[in-house]
Amino acid sequence: MIELRNLEKRYDNPLTGLPFYAVKDLSLAFPSGEITALLGPSGCGKTTTLRMINRLIEPTAGQILVEGENAQSLKPEALRRRIGYVIQQIGLFPHLTVAQNVATVPDLLGQPKARTRERVRELLGLVGLEPGQFETKRPSELSGGQQQRVGVARALAADPPVLLMDEPFGALDPLARDKLQEAFREIQHNLKKTIVMVTHDIDEALKLGDKVALLNAGELAQFGTPDDLVRRPVSEFVRQFLGEDALLRQLAGVRAGALARAGDGSGLPQVSASLNARSALSVMLRERAEAVAVTGEDGQISGVLSFHDLERT
Amino acid sequence: MTLLASDTRRPRRSIWPALIWPALLLICLIPGLLNRAVSSLSAGQVPTLDTPLWKLTLSHLGLVLLAEVVVLLIGVPLAVAVTRPGRESLMRLAEAVAGLGQTVPTLAILALAVPALGFGVRPTLLGLLLYGLVPVVSNGIAGLLAVDKPTLDAARGMGMTDGQRLRRIELPLSLPVLLAGVRTSTVYNVGTATIGAALGASGLGTPIIEGLSQQNTGLVVIGALLAALLALSLDGLLGLAAAEEGQR
Repeated sequence: MIELRNLEKRYDNPLTGLPFYAVKDLSLAFPSGEITALLGPSGCGKTTTLRMINRLIEPTAGQILVEGENAQSLKPEALRRRIGYVIQQIGLFPHLTVAQNVATVPDLLGQPKARTRERVRELLGLVGLEPGQFETKRPSELSGGQQQRVGVARALAADPPVLLMDEPFGALDPLARDKLQEAFREIQHNLKKTIVMVTHDIDEALKLGDKVALLNAGELAQFGTPDDLVRRPVSEFVRQFLGEDALLRQLAGVRAGALARAGDGSGLPQVSASLNARSALSVMLRERAEAVAVTGEDGQISGVLSFHDLERT
Repeated sequence: MTLLASDTRRPRRSIWPALIWPALLLICLIPGLLNRAVSSLSAGQVPTLDTPLWKLTLSHLGLVLLAEVVVLLIGVPLAVAVTRPGRESLMRLAEAVAGLGQTVPTLAILALAVPALGFGVRPTLLGLLLYGLVPVVSNGIAGLLAVDKPTLDAARGMGMTDGQRLRRIELPLSLPVLLAGVRTSTVYNVGTATIGAALGASGLGTPIIEGLSQQNTGLVVIGALLAALLALSLDGLLGLAAAEEGQR
């Protein structure tokens, strides 16, 4: 678990001497084994908060506890080697091979080479890159999506309990982003890391976040599940930031198959189980139907999704 | 993806063009060959020198390489030191001083160095050092500044110390630009080192000085030709090293 206690980052304007708070009195606990999305408009302090966790930025006040240990009491390098780090610009080392990139932190920790080599192959497989084909390639030979897969593998290499991600999918084209988000959700389902993910993309936060922390001007506007923010916004700012179509955004992140219930779907319009729930709603509206039949990969009806089921997201 | 992969792998450049100049240089160093070839410029006489041409060429090369080693020993740490964060003003100062050094005429530096260091190799070495330092320092700075910022941020976030980041990321990535500076500086100094003969440093300047004082054009041509071939040879070979680095 990562805990922020009264965290503050103040910058003093050198000309006017006036203080500016990038982050102000922020107390927040990121639950273990879950993804917490740090969401907010640009300049709200979300990246500053993230970078204070691995001490790329030093706070001016407050405390950070990583797995119960005070981050301030550790050497910054030692702390960072225990925390995975993924950034939007990916930042692979262009002069090293994919395998050498992934091996960065195990090498820094002085782990045995043979074990690291095994680990690298295992991780490349995990992020969906055939080890034999990619190990010896240079980053410049990969597509953006493949590069960020390597970026994720590199962050996971030393098996850190905590992962910090700064808009990890922000630089990818929509298709690659969707695929990588899916792959990432799958990986996290198995690994159960404590993840803090900065994003300004509301859809991404609602789709991937187990919890969402919405920041505004350096202060916490609301912390809760995506459902909490969408259905129970605590302030006008939260409601406006998520927008009047917040429920639709949330539906877009859920598969129709996940909401469907067993039932007789004969005679109803059919949608694939892998379709997202927003699209399923669109089909209902188009067909003027109260429910749709959900079909599995084999084309057989596997359940029924009614208008009321959409409430249960 | 295979298409992209083959695109980024440039075809291997042939190494032979770079070896033409060293080969020509070696041919010219066959004893007596060059002397006889220029005899028509020396009133039909075959010009002779006390020291064989290969020895002069070697001591010239030795002087240039020695200067280059010292240039690297001073220049690279200097470039590294002034590109550390928070030293922007120091960096501008280093660039300005280096640029200023190059505007002073070579002969003036050499002449000023004589009273302090006496005649011979030492003032020449000082001159070569000052001139050779400029391209190495400015290219070193440019190369280090050009390293992608997110790449450095990732390296820091992974837990590399400042030293590890410098050795593993910054220096390897700035090496091609630095090598280009080394190439420029070395080629420059082959020319500059001929002036050293006027101060008593043995080298390819020796036949030029002697030729000028004896009004023997053949001798001047020998010195100039060999110095030019040496410069072209080093340029070719260092270019080869840079291309090799770019391949990796």
